[in-house]
Amino acid sequence: MSQVKSWGRYPHVAPGKVETLRLLTDLPDLAQFEGSVLPYACGRSYGDSCMNEGGVSLDVSQLKNFLAFDPETGLLRCEAGLTLAEIIEVMLPRGWFLPVSPGTKYVSVGGAIANDVHGKNHHKAGTFGRHVTQFMLLRSSGEQLLCSPTENVELFRATIGGLGLTGLILWAEFRLKPVVNSYIDVEEIRFRNLAEFFELSRDSDKDFEYTVSWADNQARGKDIGRGIFIRGNHSQSRYLTSQTPKRKQLFSVPVEIPFSLLNRASITAFNTAFYYGLHYKRVARKVTSYEPFFYPLDVVGRWNRFYGKGGLLQYQCVVPYGNDTTAMTQIMGKIAAQGEGFLTVVKNFGDLKSPGMLSFPRPGTTIALDFPYHGQKTLLLLDQLDMIVREHGGAVYPAKDARMTAESFQQYFPNWQEFAKYIDPKFSSSFWRRVTTPRKIEV
Amino acid sequence: MTKLLIAGATAALAHEAAKLFARDGAELFLVARTADKLETVKGDLTVRGAKKVETYLLDLGQLDRHQAMFDEAVKSLDGLDAILIAHGTLGDQTASQQSVSLTLQELNTNFMSAVSLATIAANYFEPRKRGTIAVIGSVAGDRGRQSNYIYGTAKGGLDIFLQGLRNRLAKSNVAVVTIKPGLIDTPMTAHLKKGPLMAKPQVVGVDIHKAMQKGQSVVYTPGFWRYIMLIIRSIPEPVFKRLKL
Repeated sequence: MSQVKSWGRYPHVAPGKVETLRLLTDLPDLAQFEGSVLPYACGRSYGDSCMNEGGVSLDVSQLKNFLAFDPETGLLRCEAGLTLAEIIEVMLPRGWFLPVSPGTKYVSVGGAIANDVHGKNHHKAGTFGRHVTQFMLLRSSGEQLLCSPTENVELFRATIGGLGLTGLILWAEFRLKPVVNSYIDVEEIRFRNLAEFFELSRDSDKDFEYTVSWADNQARGKDIGRGIFIRGNHSQSRYLTSQTPKRKQLFSVPVEIPFSLLNRASITAFNTAFYYGLHYKRVARKVTSYEPFFYPLDVVGRWNRFYGKGGLLQYQCVVPYGNDTTAMTQIMGKIAAQGEGFLTVVKNFGDLKSPGMLSFPRPGTTIALDFPYHGQKTLLLLDQLDMIVREHGGAVYPAKDARMTAESFQQYFPNWQEFAKYIDPKFSSSFWRRVTTPRKIEV
Repeated sequence: MTKLLIAGATAALAHEAAKLFARDGAELFLVARTADKLETVKGDLTVRGAKKVETYLLDLGQLDRHQAMFDEAVKSLDGLDAILIAHGTLGDQTASQQSVSLTLQELNTNFMSAVSLATIAANYFEPRKRGTIAVIGSVAGDRGRQSNYIYGTAKGGLDIFLQGLRNRLAKSNVAVVTIKPGLIDTPMTAHLKKGPLMAKPQVVGVDIHKAMQKGQSVVYTPGFWRYIMLIIRSIPEPVFKRLKL
């Protein structure tokens, strides 16, 4: 690995040392490192939850072997650094798919557990952690603890969504799900406002395994909350194959662009074209391969570089379902007024509970979008969004965060002190130090 | 290509190539000297779809044991279609150039040992009129440089040896494939600085898999190294000897 960075490349911090792990039978003594340690694999967390400024990054990206697969039950065991991309590449042609897919497949299994990732089927399948049957955790004491719903239960629950702080996951076992082919039957429906979004969501959650929406965050006034609702199911056609050729990357952004290419003009143009230009009719149906459906952005390598030298901030929050759309309208109104957010994704989470103590998803509506980092102006906007989320009893996703205050975090995750009991004393992260050290919020 | 012997099977490049053969459902005979690494690779290739995976523990520097190992491979896979010779060491050039015994040891691992295995394989495939012998060489073998000429000598000598072998076996329908990787990010090069030229082992794995299936002769991987080495080879020696390479 060339550089230890987070996907948003903000904040600009670096570990003091990178230790690469290569073999499960040849592991370093974690206690002998100077300072704290933190696992790192793909660097797809946006903010600083995967960063350990001045400490040691334990690079597990080379722990990427399959260990066992049972074609009867779909149980897969693999090393923690293996990516979901590689699992799909090997298992999909045999008719198996991930139980839960985050928005990129370039994440490690360890990272998927540590962030308890979710996907478009949260309302049907819950988080990734719900499908994990067991994993092996290396603690700095040198102990290797097998954690499962029946063994080391508290550590199992703390590690799922535990942001890599409870020890190092060496390998994990989880359940894949059978599919007939690698295609998705998709319907795309235009909605004019948030009320229509909620109605579509209610109507779709029962019959569609996957639902997600894209919202036009530049729309104002009566258009606030307009967008495209996307829903889909695995195709059941016996005539389609699961041997889809691997999609080629369109291109990879070769260098860091000195300034952000994403500004108000380019975003508004993109959004308007997307909203009206996608299809002439209000409803469009199609059959699509799994890749553009689940991982639309993976087609461009290192797209984060589009955001320029300053990096990008992603903001993802969830607010509980209310009797009205007030919270979401306030949030989207604020974002539109600033005019900078890009690629707004909206989804209603279901109520399936994760075993993870610090897991982010909870019943409610989640919204996620990217902002180029423009210093105080950007930070101030996100602080203001936090005020709305806090007022409505919501939460912000640690995997994507680089700036929330300790006060906000502790309100979003009231059981953080309970969780902290299971943190390995040798483990720490820039994120954890930030959200446990109070900073005054300036609004 | 369903029955394949891999010498140095735990080496990063060999493992990457083996993943693709496993996906194709090949039967594999893996040789390496470290038991736990070998077991890990075996497990990985089994899940990836290999029809059969046999392992054999051997330090390939022990040339006198090559024939017995090869016979065992042929016996346990009930025949053989191809061999991939992938083991090697990138020794410490500075230490080696001060020590004759270290130099000879490097040559033994990277040159003699590969020559021994390739010869045994050639004599097996030649009368059968089919087979593939692939060997991982290096761009370092294309021109001697002060920074790694002992390793380079072994790989360069191997290059000439394989040219001759390819010439000999052409009429017997046996392919001899010389793979020349450039700078690859593997444990072998972990101590080197990562530059923009450093490629991922997966890329090399794909190239090896393809070259073996097509029976190509000389393959630079990633492909742009062919042109870099063309330039490096064309620099006149009086100039080259003064360069810091």
